[in-house]
Amino acid sequence: MFLLEQVVNGLVLGGYYLLIALGLSLIFSVGGVVNLAHGAFYALGAYASVEITKYLGFGPAAVLSPVAVAMLGILFERFILRRFYSADPILSLLVTFGLAMVAEQAIRIIWGAAPLSASIPPEFRGSVIVGDFLFSRYRLLILVVVAAVLLGIWLLLHKTSFGRVVRAGIQRPDMVAALGIRLQPYMTTIVMLGVGMAALGGAFFAPITIVHPAMGAEVITVAFVVVVIGGLGSFWGVVISALMVGVIRGITIHFAPAAGEASIYILMFLVLLVRPRGLLGERIEKFE
Amino acid sequence: MTRFSRRTLLKAGAGFASTSAIGFPALVHAQTEKIKIGHLTPLTGFLGALGAYAQLGIRMAEEEINRSGGVMGRQIDVLSEDSVNPATAATKAQRMLDQDGVAVLMGEINSASALTIMQVAERNKRLFMQIGARSDALRGKNCNRFTFHVDIPNTVMVNAVGKALLRDHMVKDKKFFTLTADYIFGHDLLNAAKRFFNANQGNLIGDELIATDVTDFSPYLLKIRQAKPDIVCSNLAGNQVTTLIKQYAEFGLPYPIVGFNLNTADAWAAGEGNLAGTWPTVWYHTLDVPASKTFVANFIKKHGKPPENHAWIEYISLKMMAQAMNETKSTDTDKLIAYFEKEAEFDILKARKAHFRSWDHQLMQEAYPFTVKPKGEAKDKWDLITLGAAVPDANEPLEILAPTKEQNPCTL
Repeated sequence: MFLLEQVVNGLVLGGYYLLIALGLSLIFSVGGVVNLAHGAFYALGAYASVEITKYLGFGPAAVLSPVAVAMLGILFERFILRRFYSADPILSLLVTFGLAMVAEQAIRIIWGAAPLSASIPPEFRGSVIVGDFLFSRYRLLILVVVAAVLLGIWLLLHKTSFGRVVRAGIQRPDMVAALGIRLQPYMTTIVMLGVGMAALGGAFFAPITIVHPAMGAEVITVAFVVVVIGGLGSFWGVVISALMVGVIRGITIHFAPAAGEASIYILMFLVLLVRPRGLLGERIEKFE
Repeated sequence: MTRFSRRTLLKAGAGFASTSAIGFPALVHAQTEKIKIGHLTPLTGFLGALGAYAQLGIRMAEEEINRSGGVMGRQIDVLSEDSVNPATAATKAQRMLDQDGVAVLMGEINSASALTIMQVAERNKRLFMQIGARSDALRGKNCNRFTFHVDIPNTVMVNAVGKALLRDHMVKDKKFFTLTADYIFGHDLLNAAKRFFNANQGNLIGDELIATDVTDFSPYLLKIRQAKPDIVCSNLAGNQVTTLIKQYAEFGLPYPIVGFNLNTADAWAAGEGNLAGTWPTVWYHTLDVPASKTFVANFIKKHGKPPENHAWIEYISLKMMAQAMNETKSTDTDKLIAYFEKEAEFDILKARKAHFRSWDHQLMQEAYPFTVKPKGEAKDKWDLITLGAAVPDANEPLEILAPTKEQNPCTL
């Protein structure tokens, strides 16, 4: 029973990893760029939401902060990422890594090294007990938001012409180009959505974690693990992987607490050993 | 390959010559050179926010000392750097001694980094004033002749809170569940806590070791709920305490939470309504001592926010070092050690003066338990806590909370 509680709690945590990892995965799948600066957008989302909350309250902050960061994402794609789609991958790694460091120091200069305080809105404080399970009210809210975002992204990718081009672009960018479709505007949208989701994660996690300059670096590692386990180019791969990572961590902490943080890396190791492509990763020509 | 024209070469040569001409007189006047102090503190990672305050504090002392004529008529120059991690801390400390020519080493908050710098100090036979790390082991089994410790050790923090808990009948026959930071500091704090529980009939029914990069405590909170303790107790460090406090409030578990370590920057970051319980501190900006109030007012005027306990402790540490150098008229390691070991008294902006205990080099000073102000009573966002009376009581010796000779394996 207690174990089941950890499993359910792990699923909620997985949902939060998902917000960050899905954008990371999309940007890599379409553009072939590993965005090491993804965590910086998560941090910016958190800082922006703390600032906006001061004036407008938590609700508007949770909407405005991701939108603002998504706009920043457009600039990021237009002026930086775009130069590296067809370049040596090491260059984009270096640039985004450098950008992550610049962003962290910029935050330190603007807001200082001391963490900012952020609180859960009063109406979502406390927990609800369903049967024998204890749920944090606020985490249930996060779960609902994640589910809604997930549904939105899935519909966008699978039920619209935009999504068809993006999916085709992941598999055969040369064919898409041959059909006379420029992938660049699509990429702008993908980056905007991706970093917007990261910022949404930051905005919602600010009240229950600490808002500090290095928070982006903390989250990026787990997000990578999720993407690698899930496999590139697969929407459901990332979803399943995020939930798995959350649950495995919870179960490990239940039985062997000391191994809790190591468990997700062991999981990644095992998955890569058996399926180097990731759980549901497709064979993508440009990466082979 | 570019070839230099003769003219360029000439110009470069002239430039070189003039620099060495400017550089040379400095060597002649070495007597009036600045006294360099090597300062290391974590500016990144889970203790980074505390390190930022540490820098502000030591800089303020540096300015005040220099404005009033320096030390032995010489200006002091604090070289302050991010210590990053234990290995880097040791490398930087060695470099500061070898290349930068610092007279003494000061600083640190992280117990693991402090330990490696202590080893560098001992190897080089140079003084290290270890300011902010609290692990008992540093002034216990790892103590050395070249290191002096300013902040209160874990045992004192446990005893400071312990006194308040005993008064509130929250120890005897109570079930405790602890969450402990998984590095030298946490292990050490847990040992001190265990000794306290054993001595006062408290039962430790569960302990979880938490890696320092954990940001989500929910699985641990569920385990606490299953264990049904009477009191939850935090042995965490740095901003992890903040995260725990926030998520503990989020889950709304009914058990009271106390802790044996909390720095005020981390308390401020928790936000109103999240912090609860009884905690220890070494200093707080609302302390009702005139000298302390002057320091706070000056700090606020300069930085627009009140000083955190690490700002205070770095400030008084550099002042103590300056006093020692002025009194001994020297920066010589042996003379400074002898001065501190004489148990010379220092004004540290508290009601009672402090001194370094000669046999373990630990600064004997007052500490304070504190509780959290009820919602709505805080004057501003910094005014979160109600400071308890100083411990030990005014009529007790300062040493009463510190480990005794029997408890402390230190031999210098």
